[in-house]
Amino acid sequence: MPQPLQRFLRDPSALLGLAIITVAAAAALLAPLLAPQGPTLVDLERRLASPDRHFWLGADHLGRDVLSRVLYGARTTLGAAGLTLSVIMVIAVLVGILAGYHGGWLDTMLMALADLLLAFPALVLALAIAGTLGPSLLNVMMAVALVWWAGYARLIRGMVLSVRQREFVEAARAVGAGDWRIMVHHVLRNILGPMVVLVTLDMGLIILGLSGLSFLGLGSQPPTPEWGAMLNDGRPFLQSAPRLMLYPGAAICLVVLGFNLLGDGLRDLLDPTVVHGWKSPRRPG
Amino acid sequence: MHNYLARRLLTVPLLLLGISLITFTLLNLAPGDPADILLRLQNPGVEPPREAVLAFRRELGLDDPLWTRYSRWLGQALMGDLGVSYRTGGPIVSELAQRLPATLLLAGASLGLAVLLGIPLGILAAVFKGSPMDGMARLLALAGATVPSYVLSLLLILAFAVTLHWLPAIGYGGIRHLVMPAVALSAGLAAQLMRLSRASLLETLTQDYMRTARAKGLRERTVVLRHGFKNALLPVVTITGIGMGHLLGGAVIVETIFGWPGVGKYAVDAIFLRDYPVVQAVVLYLAVIFLLVNFGVDVVYRWLDPRLDFAGRAG
Repeated sequence: MPQPLQRFLRDPSALLGLAIITVAAAAALLAPLLAPQGPTLVDLERRLASPDRHFWLGADHLGRDVLSRVLYGARTTLGAAGLTLSVIMVIAVLVGILAGYHGGWLDTMLMALADLLLAFPALVLALAIAGTLGPSLLNVMMAVALVWWAGYARLIRGMVLSVRQREFVEAARAVGAGDWRIMVHHVLRNILGPMVVLVTLDMGLIILGLSGLSFLGLGSQPPTPEWGAMLNDGRPFLQSAPRLMLYPGAAICLVVLGFNLLGDGLRDLLDPTVVHGWKSPRRPG
Repeated sequence: MHNYLARRLLTVPLLLLGISLITFTLLNLAPGDPADILLRLQNPGVEPPREAVLAFRRELGLDDPLWTRYSRWLGQALMGDLGVSYRTGGPIVSELAQRLPATLLLAGASLGLAVLLGIPLGILAAVFKGSPMDGMARLLALAGATVPSYVLSLLLILAFAVTLHWLPAIGYGGIRHLVMPAVALSAGLAAQLMRLSRASLLETLTQDYMRTARAKGLRERTVVLRHGFKNALLPVVTITGIGMGHLLGGAVIVETIFGWPGVGKYAVDAIFLRDYPVVQAVVLYLAVIFLLVNFGVDVVYRWLDPRLDFAGRAG
């Protein structure tokens, strides 16, 4: 067994993180099999019903089964966050490579745009964009992607610049590899480690951002099950049925905890500059 | 140094120009005709006739090209006129000014709380590394990074307002109203500051000058606080500055939950009512505050570490 893998297997908190994410991903994938009933099935007779043998988490203000909504909510939340992160990565890789490899005026312009976005609190700008586009989950995802790529693009550009000078890139060029092939095969492969750490930690942040905007009513719209929106739905019943807000709240916290633990563990593994056990937080940009 | 700071100060208007151009363009792409919205507001319940809308559009200058409208808006903004709210018809500048104290109070209290909790706990965790104290601090830092402000807000309301009846659940007034929103808003930043001051102090403690200070026979407390912490403070200052911006962003959610009559709630209400001039103004206002705070951080940074030569740093 390679050494890093052994070290990873001996890190209990990273394993816990991985376990949480695996369970959440399984819940998301298997929601139709696991859920006792459809997440949007309204049954006014069971309005605010307490948990019982068949419906473990009880029913919400419209009599919908809370367990089913939490399970399907994993789908919405994880799916939306994953998709958003993919879009962010596509933008960031394109911009980063273009800026780093092309250089010159293009580099200056793209990085000025990135700095502009980095100079501003992402959530506020995302809020303004989402508010402009109108409330919907897709709009919120677009808004988050539009403000989030800048940090990655800067990182990738920096790495492209440093890798570009190295011997193996020259060697690749000498044997006739094209620019694009060099970038994809040699540059991207070399920045994979740090990227994996960043992406894992950012998944937690993006989930928080998307759920926060959905909580405000800007993201996911009823009756779609989404944890942030469920939290907001539960607010009027804080006194009579606090569980309506506790379950989705716990779900958000658990998943974010999972990504934080795993991200920290991966950083220990992949980033040799970590100091003394519980790691310095990532510096923005 | 002055050269660097002067140049840095010059970039502030440029960044503001960029931010305002982006938001202005976005808001102008948004669906909904402002002339139509305004006419409906002026005559509630009446469907505005098509000709009236078109005439009003001309009067407001909405048919001009985007560039003309942007320069007009910019000219007015520079004169301190951010336009009129679609909803209330009142000038946005005074509406904003009315809500500013509440937000500044909340953000200031949260920042103070985060600094007073996060930094000392981080120092203690570093000094007693590996002790139960360190373990506790680690747990707190993880919790702060994991539990979002909106979940924490609801948990606080559930515990201290609904169950214990110690604090009012929502509203604005005395210190009792401030406690829960400030705690909810500060938790994330406090956790970040704790992690960072711990890591930064640990890194500093291994430096040669620390050994020198000890060899000189200084007391351990003096070594850690005077020599260690002052040097460990640099990254902490940066994160505090950035954290301030995030506090203002997070305030949007926390203010909405607690019914806190600040700028954040103003923005959210405006978004739902499609009151675009207000959204534009709030974004601009947040950008100004954020950039000024960042500039302030740079000044403090420079004062803390005179060795730094900013000439080679891009920004």
